Amino acid sequence: MAVSSVPATDPAARAGLSRDQLLELYYWMRLTRSLEERLVNLYRQTKVVGGLFRSLGQEACAVGSAYALRREDVLSPLIRNLGSMLVKGAAPLEVLRQYMAKGDSPTRGRELNIHFGDVEDRNFVGQISHLGDMVPVMAGVTLSFKLRGQPRVGLVYVGDGATSTGAFHEGINLAAVQRCPLVVIVENNAYAYSTPTAKQCAAERLADKAAGYGIAGVRADGNDVLAVYQVTRDAVERARGGEGVTLIELMTYRRKGHAEHDNQSYVPAGEIDRWARENDPLDRYIRRLTGEAEVNQNELDAIDARVSSEIDKATDVAETSPPPEPRDCLLGVYADPPAMPVLWYREGIHTAVEQHERPASWGTHDG
Amino acid sequence: MSGLLHGALTMAEVTYLEALRQALFEEMERDENVFCIGEDIGAYGGAFKVTEGLQARFGDSRVIDTPISETGFVGAAAGAAHMGMRPVCEMQFIDFVSCAYSILTNYVATARYRAFLPCPMVVRGPSGGYVRGGPFHSQNPEAAFFHTPGLKIVYPATASDAKGLLKAAIRDDDCVLFFEHKYLYRRIKQEMPPGDHVVPIGKARLAREGTDLSIVTYAATVWKALEAAEQLEREDGLSVEVLDLRSLLPLDDEAIVATVRKTNRVLLVHEDTVTGGIAGEIAARINEMAFEWLDAPIRRVAAHDVPLPYAPQLEDFVLPQTADIVRAARWVARY
Repeated sequence: MAVSSVPATDPAARAGLSRDQLLELYYWMRLTRSLEERLVNLYRQTKVVGGLFRSLGQEACAVGSAYALRREDVLSPLIRNLGSMLVKGAAPLEVLRQYMAKGDSPTRGRELNIHFGDVEDRNFVGQISHLGDMVPVMAGVTLSFKLRGQPRVGLVYVGDGATSTGAFHEGINLAAVQRCPLVVIVENNAYAYSTPTAKQCAAERLADKAAGYGIAGVRADGNDVLAVYQVTRDAVERARGGEGVTLIELMTYRRKGHAEHDNQSYVPAGEIDRWARENDPLDRYIRRLTGEAEVNQNELDAIDARVSSEIDKATDVAETSPPPEPRDCLLGVYADPPAMPVLWYREGIHTAVEQHERPASWGTHDG
Repeated sequence: MSGLLHGALTMAEVTYLEALRQALFEEMERDENVFCIGEDIGAYGGAFKVTEGLQARFGDSRVIDTPISETGFVGAAAGAAHMGMRPVCEMQFIDFVSCAYSILTNYVATARYRAFLPCPMVVRGPSGGYVRGGPFHSQNPEAAFFHTPGLKIVYPATASDAKGLLKAAIRDDDCVLFFEHKYLYRRIKQEMPPGDHVVPIGKARLAREGTDLSIVTYAATVWKALEAAEQLEREDGLSVEVLDLRSLLPLDDEAIVATVRKTNRVLLVHEDTVTGGIAGEIAARINEMAFEWLDAPIRRVAAHDVPLPYAPQLEDFVLPQTADIVRAARWVARY
């Protein structure tokens, strides 16, 4: 197993956070995990139209890093960064509507899962599925900060797999040369789909790639939320201070499959259980909170109850959300023209099919 | 200073290349969000000198030399565009835009639709053959992007259109691929229209009026079509109309249908290879929109389906020539 344990932060330091802030981190991690658990229920009820992606065991990476940003800073999440998006202001209701392909979802049913963004106010950019592509895009977002003299920072996430792509290399290299205020987090969760990190890259440490770009590189324990927060905060401060790009490798572990359908047959027996038992980011954080931070269990129970209630309410609303209007699909490919023409055989027709066509026409038709 | 410079240039005839440079100067003067990014475009002024003098005038933060990384700087342009800037990317040769194909078609082209992210940016570069450039400095990759909703494509044939369309492309709120024909860079000259000369994207230009036959084309082959039209008038007494599309995405359907209805005979000409080329789409549209107006089959003159070779004898055989257009036009006219 390539993932090694990394020294945790000094427990007494609390990363310079107040008690309320420590509890806030717990709230975001619990919200992330519980929201995904709700999505699993909805998926099993076939209410999630497409695939479902989990970040179980990686919540500390997402939450701890995003917590180091200001509102005006821009974040580019990946598929396992639901927690980052929640911290940055995404609402559970938006996520639920998005997964259920609702007409009032942030993308009006055009995109899946957590592929959505908001660069007007909360400042996160909707990702695409082509891994590595968000690195050059975020190089450009942060280049604009530099050109305009704005004291803003960008944070982009990639996985261990995306570090193999050309886009990752071109983007981080360009950002390094331009000294863009960018933090690049490699969430090394041991697998890219089924491929272990050792088959992705021969380097022992992905953080060592930083040397090749002439930027700072650092590795941290991705399952220690305070360590993640601290290492990201330091990189963000460096970026804001004009010291350029930092590459952070967060060591973590993906306890679920690539997506919900993946049975993880390629994982050695016992590995997942061992991580769940010994290195769960929430369990570890609870021990720390109830230990040296002297938080009592009632406080955590109250947060759990608040999370449950928020998710219940959001689910109720999302379930009643309408589906998109079919003809909305023709709008907004361009600013001008605002709509694409309907094809001639659909003139005057407002839905593609009256009922689901597949059973009768996709090979099961025996007539 | 620049006003004086531009005044002097505007009065005289300028080359296609100088027209592009004027457009960049004027747009960077007009809007501080406009910046240029690409390889060797700063102190060196670009491989063909389209950006010459820009860095001296606007500084190295607005005329940015990049590592060799087409995906990197096209992606970066998209990110900057999301934040309200208007980047202009230069491909050193348009052949290298294929390196950025994925990020252009998957990220840039879909940004507005899937994420409501504005992506006002231009990707421009020297395109086309007839220059003995061989397989990797002569390409016409427009058809590769023509199939992608979310992109716009222009390919001007005149100096005036080069300037006016580049200014329109920079002001457009979506990504415009701007193909410049390198054969035309220094070979054609024209007086620039006065003032803020902007040519709307999506409108074709009638390059020559005629009544017997229409040649629909774009870029360098506009000039070959005009040459052919003169020869056909002289030798055959044929009145040939030449429609210069200028914009390929969107296509000007109205202008295409209008010329079909006028002459009832159409020859489609482009320098790009014939299979999967834009002529095929135009033929399909004429079939759908104006079939009953045709007196002859639609025919195509385009490049043979081979990579573009280097030797003059080979390149000239592969690419459409004026003599090919004359031969094909006679076939269509006689049918």
